[in-house]
Amino acid sequence: MPKLATLIRVAVFLLLVAFLLQPHWFEPLLRPLVQDNAPVIYNQGSLLQLTFLHLRTVALAVAAAALVALALAILVTRASGAEFLPLSRSLVNIGQTFPPVAVLALAVPIFGFGEKPTLIALFLYGLLPIFENALTGLTTLPPSVMEAARGAGMTGGQRLLKVELPLAMPVILAGIRLSVVISLATATIGSTVAAKTLGEVIIAGLQSNNLSFVVQGGLIVATLAVLLHDGLQAAERRLAARMGR
Amino acid sequence: MIEIENITKRYGESTVVDDVSLTIAPRTVTVVVGTSGSGKTTLLRMVNRLVEPTSGAIRLDGEDNRSLPGYELRRRIGYAIQGHGLFPHRTVAENIATVPTLLGWERARIDAKVEELLSLFQLDPAAFGPRFPHELSGGQQQRVGVARALAAEPKVLLMDEPFGALDPIIRAKAQDDLLAIQKHFQTTIILVTHDMEEAFHLADRIAVMDKGKVVQYATPTEMLLKPATPFVESLIGAGERPYRLLAIAPVSSAVEPGHAEGVAISSAASQREALAELLWSGRDALPVADPDGAVIGKVSLEGLAKRAAGPT
Repeated sequence: MPKLATLIRVAVFLLLVAFLLQPHWFEPLLRPLVQDNAPVIYNQGSLLQLTFLHLRTVALAVAAAALVALALAILVTRASGAEFLPLSRSLVNIGQTFPPVAVLALAVPIFGFGEKPTLIALFLYGLLPIFENALTGLTTLPPSVMEAARGAGMTGGQRLLKVELPLAMPVILAGIRLSVVISLATATIGSTVAAKTLGEVIIAGLQSNNLSFVVQGGLIVATLAVLLHDGLQAAERRLAARMGR
Repeated sequence: MIEIENITKRYGESTVVDDVSLTIAPRTVTVVVGTSGSGKTTLLRMVNRLVEPTSGAIRLDGEDNRSLPGYELRRRIGYAIQGHGLFPHRTVAENIATVPTLLGWERARIDAKVEELLSLFQLDPAAFGPRFPHELSGGQQQRVGVARALAAEPKVLLMDEPFGALDPIIRAKAQDDLLAIQKHFQTTIILVTHDMEEAFHLADRIAVMDKGKVVQYATPTEMLLKPATPFVESLIGAGERPYRLLAIAPVSSAVEPGHAEGVAISSAASQREALAELLWSGRDALPVADPDGAVIGKVSLEGLAKRAAGPT
């Protein structure tokens, strides 16, 4: 039923776009969630703009995390960098075990309120999945293919760019997908330190006891996560299928 | 010409290749046989420096193989391995173009070469060029692997159990194809295998390795008639000797004058095939035809029996 699945995805996407552009269309649906006279649709800013800012924060953090994690994974899978493997593992593990809220708390006194502490927290939190997946991808390449690449006279750099990275790409992409989904959800807490994300909507709802706001913010983030997850997974599958996996 | 001179490879305490010297004549097929762990693959990999020797030297046409960086040397030497090692993310045409691309050939020259090789290996360039390796059968993948190794027209081709993953019927065909290709390109081939049958089928000379040493380096006939050690003898298999002796000689060298009844056998077939035909059809003699179909004499059971006899 791949056709039906695509149809559902397109429908969900269109619903999301409609909600962001014309939120008041959905007022009747959300009305039962609020007490009399309370606003139904978030009224302290544009949902569309917040969504863009949310996505931008996630994109920046994940891009930086991917760059650093990939560079580390490449470094420690070279013969000359193998000794840094345990150190790199510890570093990215610390990034993952440190709660983002704690990172925010520590980063605010240094960088002040706003987007920066959130970016740092998301960056640290996103490193591990990308690093571990890149490591797996780069260390489980078929030995006969690597042997053939060396035997054909490729230099170390050529092997990396022409063989190792393309072959590991589906696994690396899976790591990036995990990071994107984690960051989409985690970015909401950035609004506790005044970062412009969809967390603002949720927090505003919590503060004014407005369930409709909480649901709106939560649903937009969840829908974004599901759509991005699906899109990236489709890209991975396409890549892997080309290689006959 | 490949000169391997006192080559030794040690890993820590264990000596994998122990003071091996071989001279390989140009445009011949040399097969290195031995049990697993005999050091034959390590020896092969030292020729293109995938493994660096502990001591000794290897010269290709008089030039030390350490006079170039390893990757440049390897672009000049074909290398085909068991399980083909094709790049799964590249098409068949891109796989074959690997080394020419590394060497910076012009697009048109690469395309022409890919087409020539695919045709030579009986794969339609238009149909197979754009496919990915996983869309091919095992035999086709193996042929593409050899085609890739030959793409930059190397003078030397190293093969490490190239037919190991093929089923017996495809393997026999692949071996015959390899001999035809070798004649076509005049390539010097060193092939490693543990299959004695394959060694006798392909080799101009066979090197038998045991525990890192070459225990005998000789033509197949010499090896059959005068095995240097009991190990060589056991590798050949005592019960196989007469048949191997017949298998490596063509019918044309066993033709006797005279007339025989029945369907003729080609003079290019092996004497073993002639013997099989004689035994199966219950006859004493077969007519022999040259490749044009003209009958040039006969081959007899008695004559073959004499040829299959060992030294007394």
